[in-house]
Amino acid sequence: MRGAPYAPAQPAEARRSGVAMVFQHFSLFDALNVAENVALGMETPPPMQELSARIKAVSEEYGLPLDPSRMVGDLSAGERQRVEIIRCLLQDPKLLIMDEPTSVLTPQEVEILFQTLRQLAREGTAILYISHKLEEIRALCDEATILRRGKVVATCTPREVSAREMAELMVGATLTPPARADKPKGEVALEVAGLSVASPIPFGTSLKDIRFSVAKGEVLGIAGVAGNGQDELLLALSGELRSAPAAVRINGQEAGHLGPNTRRAAGLVAAPEERLGHAAAPDMTLTENALLSGVVRKGLTRQGFIDWGATRRFAAEIIRTFDVRTPGTEVAARALSGGNLQKFVVGRELSQTPSVIVINQPTWGVDAAAAAAIRQAILDRAAEGAAVVVISQDLDELLEISDNFAALNEGRLTAPRPVQGLSIEEIGLMMGGAHGMEVAHHGH
Amino acid sequence: MVRLEKRPSPSAFWQWATPILAVLLTMVAGGIMFALLGKDPIAAMRTIFWDPLFNAQFASYSRPQLLVKAGPLILIAIGLSLGFRAGIWNIGAEGQYIMGAIAGAAVGLYFFPAENRLIFPLMVVAGALGGWAWAMIPAILKTRFNTNEILVSLLLVYVAQNILASMAVGAMRNPDGGGFPGSRNLSQYPSAANLELIPGTGMHWGVIAAFMAVIAAYILLQRHILGFQIKLAGQAPRAARFAGVNPTRLVVLCMGISGALAGLAGLFEVAGPAGQISIDFNVGYGFTAIIVAFLGRLNPIGILLAGLLMALTYIGGELAQFMLGLPAAAIQAFQGMLLFFLLAVDLLTNYRVRLGAKREVA
Repeated sequence: MRGAPYAPAQPAEARRSGVAMVFQHFSLFDALNVAENVALGMETPPPMQELSARIKAVSEEYGLPLDPSRMVGDLSAGERQRVEIIRCLLQDPKLLIMDEPTSVLTPQEVEILFQTLRQLAREGTAILYISHKLEEIRALCDEATILRRGKVVATCTPREVSAREMAELMVGATLTPPARADKPKGEVALEVAGLSVASPIPFGTSLKDIRFSVAKGEVLGIAGVAGNGQDELLLALSGELRSAPAAVRINGQEAGHLGPNTRRAAGLVAAPEERLGHAAAPDMTLTENALLSGVVRKGLTRQGFIDWGATRRFAAEIIRTFDVRTPGTEVAARALSGGNLQKFVVGRELSQTPSVIVINQPTWGVDAAAAAAIRQAILDRAAEGAAVVVISQDLDELLEISDNFAALNEGRLTAPRPVQGLSIEEIGLMMGGAHGMEVAHHGH
Repeated sequence: MVRLEKRPSPSAFWQWATPILAVLLTMVAGGIMFALLGKDPIAAMRTIFWDPLFNAQFASYSRPQLLVKAGPLILIAIGLSLGFRAGIWNIGAEGQYIMGAIAGAAVGLYFFPAENRLIFPLMVVAGALGGWAWAMIPAILKTRFNTNEILVSLLLVYVAQNILASMAVGAMRNPDGGGFPGSRNLSQYPSAANLELIPGTGMHWGVIAAFMAVIAAYILLQRHILGFQIKLAGQAPRAARFAGVNPTRLVVLCMGISGALAGLAGLFEVAGPAGQISIDFNVGYGFTAIIVAFLGRLNPIGILLAGLLMALTYIGGELAQFMLGLPAAAIQAFQGMLLFFLLAVDLLTNYRVRLGAKREVA
């Protein structure tokens, strides 16, 4: 650090030497206001009024207007990120570290963030920007270091290389984009009409009059900034959240009132975003986790008694087909790496010959090679005639695999549109533009 | 520096070794306590763990007591363990035990003095229903109004105790008892008596029911989808909902099973070893069973062994009070140590103890 050896023993030490960090997952309290949240992150917070004044001053200086008295629970994800950034800026950092900051932002909000970061860089702040979104790196960064499995594999000047070259450095192999066959679409397999449900999650987003339909062989991509109803939509489709019977139809059958297992029997499988704790039980073995959602469609019980032999074979089949790296089927789910567990849980759903597949964040936190394998598997199922709904915050992913595209914005879904011919600006507007943040840079 | 490191998978070895280690540590710490009280620790351990089973003088009395005491503990603990695995905390087994005894005894007393082979089976059904009904109160309050089942089931114990007292001096009092509190002695009423099946062993129908419960619970947890759902709900509630487990049904089911088994234990006790409904009928089996359930790692086989061990410390503890003049409080502290060490060393199942500072990962 500034030429001297630097090995901070604790975060406070790092803060004292001018290092500030914005994490991928916000560390904010929903039930406190902005100023209180900022104060919690400071060693010696000034009196509230003084702090509020400073928050106002700093936020306006950097074009990130923020009202210090608002509750964090009521803010959009982009605004929450501002709280984190301003918390850092108040410490007058010499080095600002950002970990995947754009996963929660619309394209317009990303542009605002980049303007702020460029302004900071001009003023002499060093910025360490961690991201797997290569186009962002190319747009923002002066120099890039590529890590693979904890090792530095290359450094480059991102403006001079293509995103594809960087991706290949990341994976260490030549990437093949998913292959897809053009095929005529079949009849409607999943129909959602007038789906409105209250969120079971505190500070969650209720779904409001969602309507769309997905035909056999079609992939519908649903974008949206994090926290705009994605989790709720998955719950409402998987059956964990019930609705009016006619709000969801699977292959023509009314299913809104059915639970997860009856929906599975009707042909719908779902893969939630959170791998550990939702899609899989962390302390259970892979065999037990294969049983968890496979029991109905794979017929793994007889009069309620579990056929462990068949379950183990099912788990082994998933491991083999989806190249899950694990010592065996009798390993606890939490012992697997994120990417391997994701391959397992996605594989578990795709291996059940479903007619409707709903996946939330299929490749979240997964390395590029595994992500490519998962996307290819999803497209393969679509080619075999399954109707697929992919909910994701990764726009590149959605544009790559979807036929039609819609966006969630505060619990409402835009009308689906064909991906072909859709511009990034149009997508941004579908996602809700800049969520009332456009004013930010008018003065600059 | 001693540090703890989370294991990637829970250790199968320590899962079984921790209870044994806990018993050994209890013996050491208990021995020190007994030594401080001026008693010979070796003699105390022998009196508690050895004499009840093998001492020529006492074993003929205390050996049957082992099953008599272990039976209800195991029966209740098995029921509780299912709920505990699912994250449903029925703390009021003592109350369900009392209500089972009252309901079962009521049937027996109603038919007295008629003799019919169906009376005892009918009492068994009534005992189970009594415990079940008492457990349904916290279950329904929880599912309907989201009340806390720990508090409701616990407080209902005290209600049950008052009902017991009023029965003993009121509705169920022995008309031929000269006005003393307490019901007729059911163990002297052949159609209703839960007698020792094999003389000198302490084996009665309650012990048979306990063994059957152990086997049924083992099969349920290992082989049946319901057992899988119970485990899943306890370990990962959101994953359980994803797997289609209905939380309401699970609460009603687990509370119902634990209540019914506690009620059965009460019925077998009132018709056998205790003999009658009296004010001091309950002696805390329902609470001790919670310790037994955890001592047995919520595993049916473990509970069977833990129930026997717990019964042994009770019988041995009584013997030590009587033979060595140890205070009753010292015996209770000894039993408390057992639970304490068990919970403390449980850490080894999920964590590895490492010596030395954390190696920096470069």
